[in-house]
Amino acid sequence: MNRILKKRELTPEIAWLEVEAPRIAKHWKPGQFIIIRPDKDSERIPLTLVAGDTTRGSIVMVIQALGKTSRVAVGKQEGEFLADVVGPLGEASAVEKVGQVLCVGGGVGVAELLPVAGAFRAAGNYVTALCGARSAAHIILDAELKQAADEVVWATDDGSTGFHGNVVQFMAAWQASRPALPALAHVIGPIPMMRAAANLTREWGVRTFASLNPVMIDGTGMCGGCRVTVGGKVRFACVEGPEFDAHQVDFDELALRTSAYRPQERQALAEHQCKVGLNS
Amino acid sequence: MSEMTRKRNPKAPRQTLPVLAPEERIKSSAEVALGFELEQALIEARRCLDCKNPTCVDACPLHIDIKAFIRPMVEGDFGAAFEVLAEQTPFPGVCGRVCQHELFCEKVCLLGKKLEPVAIGSLERFVADYNLQTQPCLNAPNLKPQGPKIALVGSGPACLIAANDLVRNGYRATVFEALHELGGVLAYGIPNFRLPRAILNREIERLQKMGVEFVTDFIVGKTATLEELFEEGYEAVFVGTGAGLPHFMGIPGENLIGVYTANEFLTRINLMHANEFPAVDTPVRVGKHVVVIGGGNSAMDAARWGRRFGSETTILFRRGRAELRARIEEIEHAEEEGVHFEFLAAPVRLFGDETGAVREMECIRMKLGEPDDSGRPSPVPIPGSEYRIPVDTVVAAIGQSPNPTLQRATPELIAKRGKIVVDATGQTSIPLVFAGGDVVRGGATVIQAMQDGRNAAKAIHLALTEKREAEAGKSIEGTLALEGRQ
Ligand SMILES: Cc1cc2nc3c(=O)[nH]c(=O)nc-3n(C[C@H](O)[C@H](O)[C@H](O)COP(=O)(O)OP(=O)(O)OC[C@H]3O[C@@H](n4cnc5c(N)ncnc54)[C@H](O)[C@@H]3O)c2cc1C
Ligand SMILES: Cc1cc2nc3c(=O)[nH]c(=O)nc-3n(C[C@H](O)[C@H](O)[C@H](O)COP(=O)(O)OP(=O)(O)OC[C@H]3O[C@@H](n4cnc5c(N)ncnc54)[C@H](O)[C@@H]3O)c2cc1C
Ligand code: SF4
Ligand code: SF4
Ligand code: FES
Repeated sequence: MNRILKKRELTPEIAWLEVEAPRIAKHWKPGQFIIIRPDKDSERIPLTLVAGDTTRGSIVMVIQALGKTSRVAVGKQEGEFLADVVGPLGEASAVEKVGQVLCVGGGVGVAELLPVAGAFRAAGNYVTALCGARSAAHIILDAELKQAADEVVWATDDGSTGFHGNVVQFMAAWQASRPALPALAHVIGPIPMMRAAANLTREWGVRTFASLNPVMIDGTGMCGGCRVTVGGKVRFACVEGPEFDAHQVDFDELALRTSAYRPQERQALAEHQCKVGLNS
Repeated sequence: MSEMTRKRNPKAPRQTLPVLAPEERIKSSAEVALGFELEQALIEARRCLDCKNPTCVDACPLHIDIKAFIRPMVEGDFGAAFEVLAEQTPFPGVCGRVCQHELFCEKVCLLGKKLEPVAIGSLERFVADYNLQTQPCLNAPNLKPQGPKIALVGSGPACLIAANDLVRNGYRATVFEALHELGGVLAYGIPNFRLPRAILNREIERLQKMGVEFVTDFIVGKTATLEELFEEGYEAVFVGTGAGLPHFMGIPGENLIGVYTANEFLTRINLMHANEFPAVDTPVRVGKHVVVIGGGNSAMDAARWGRRFGSETTILFRRGRAELRARIEEIEHAEEEGVHFEFLAAPVRLFGDETGAVREMECIRMKLGEPDDSGRPSPVPIPGSEYRIPVDTVVAAIGQSPNPTLQRATPELIAKRGKIVVDATGQTSIPLVFAGGDVVRGGATVIQAMQDGRNAAKAIHLALTEKREAEAGKSIEGTLALEGRQ
């Protein structure tokens, strides 16, 4: 049981939770994640570690309400508890000093970008955070990002602020106005976005890491459910990842595998909304 | 009870466990083997010869004094039988159900030389169940241990029995478990229909009452390092992290949707209760045709779940029936439940549809050749014998290697092909760090894991006692030296 110390609603769909977890706070590194169960009969869902504070003994997670489990988590209030929090899981990001680093995030991926951008900057790189949101109202964590990165720029799907278009279109436009290519790129977000971003940086010839999000259960390497194909080899994202060479990842397979439970997810969500509706 | 009926009668037929009817079984996750009726328990107990040199005791990896717990049963005093048993093992309910007794105690039972061996496992189970029914409230004493702190990594059978033995010796034992539930394979691997959770939880609760501390959601090597445990005052560590790393078949199509390792399939159902979806959140895909690859306990468990989801279920095994490695009882139960066995065949490749879901399996027929490393005849493919079968769910139950997390985080912990290397006392390459169970043996059995845990508890006691004596010796030397100087 882990207490929620603080909650911020970044958008109606996205919650920022500071949760008591002193041991994880002590050990976590950017790029790692945790697995939570909001309630006792919940699914185990992985979430990126966005921040950690050893003095407060707490960690921060940012959750987007997608299906039932994430919705239950987003609905939790300050002072309430998450049934389980385990971590830190996975390997830390490979952070090195290379010069210019481009961090690309879409949707809730922007939150996941935060620690990685900060780590690259701390390592002496010039970090640009290129972020995508649906509209100006969906922009999250802009102030925090500005502290983590040297430069933060936004694209919105509806053009209500920043670049008008998706982040990958924005990447192309942004690069066109630059004298030189970045030394390294890091992408986090929905699979189609990561795939398109990886295709673009492959053309550029820029080394790129993607933080993958396959379906997980244990997160300790025991079930094999999180397996992804990278460079023709089977890798377990929960222990060897979640970060891999984006140019080697089989995104088509990843996209198919994450759709494995689509009908059940719809059913669970529908029943959940039905119940919530009845209760209110 | 008359004197007549109290007499031992070795010639009585070995009692068979009553079981649920197969058509009933596949409707739920209820326990299949029902346990002896009281009358049966008496008859079976009276078959025991009360041997002078009972071979059964040496063959039990825990050296349970079998005839001693059977003796009160002969008189119908099952409460006393429980007292005797509980002194020797905290897990009669678990072992009575899942121990592969045909390989251990029952294999050498002297009665078995001429007649059928005593059904020791089922008697053990009866005593545990009798206690549960007659004493619904746990009456274990809190031992309030005050001794040195010992950390146990993992909550499988190896660590659980080590914790039991340690608190009984006055040590403060803390069990750290990566998952949110306790029991290791007993919780995530073995289905409720073989080991009801009420039985497992009661035996774990007893440990809790006795003073064992349990911490879930804690991965040693991630949440804290081994070194930190020592810094926090743990004086010795036992690593029983098990063999959970699943093997793959290495065939094309293995990453299609609907292809599971036995670990994932069983974890979704046993640990996350996907059979109750949507009342719980975790789903599992069990289609019309389930094919399970393998011939061990995991294969039987997965296949029997397949039947409980109403699927046509086949076990595909590359050798013959004689080479199956599961408990005999489970093989028979699987057969009764309508699991189809396809021997001498192996998968070659899998085909999917446009959604990425598995639809067809190509198999190849095998014949048995020369014995291999395992001593069993090796399967040899017959060229040109390929054939295809429809399939919606594939479960690969072809073995596991030791969990690597702790080894990865602790390079000084020496392992060979994944298995942690230990000396004769069970100590690893790090002083005061011991290991046992599947993480040392590879995939073995519950009772062997317990044997290792029990031995480790002894070795820890010995090592810490020696350490204390050495320290005491040193401080005496120190005092003498000081006095000498004065
Ligand atoms: C390493 C990693 C880090 C992540 N970090 C974040 C984060 O910081 N913030 C955030 O909002 N989301 C994050 N996610 C995604 C998050 O885990 C899913 O959104 C969540 O599991 C959805 O669960 P649900 O029951 O609400 O949705 P469902 O309706 O069950 O599923 C919706 C989609 O979520 C994915 N999903 C479902 N169950 C799981 C599961 N057990 N494991 C992984 N994915 C699943 C599938 O793609 C599915 O199609 C991360 C995923 C991974 C693997
Ligand atoms: C499906 C299945 C059915 C089986 N049926 C039988 C049977 O009927 N009879 C029989 O005798 N044997 C059976 N076996 C084999 C038997 O279950 C194992 O040999 C036995 O459980 C091994 O015990 P263990 O204590 O070594 O480890 P496990 O039971 O594997 O437990 C290890 C525990 O350690 C935890 N862990 C791992 N790493 C860490 C870490 N770094 N920090 C904290 N915790 C960690 C794991 O989560 C796990 O809970 C079966 C095995 C399977 C898979
Ligand atoms: S634990 Fe196993 S080997 Fe030992 S007596 Fe019981 S059934 Fe036999
Ligand atoms: S060997 Fe068999 S008959 Fe003899 S004491 Fe043991 S169980 Fe009884
Ligand atoms: S989530 Fe089970 S092995 Fe990665």
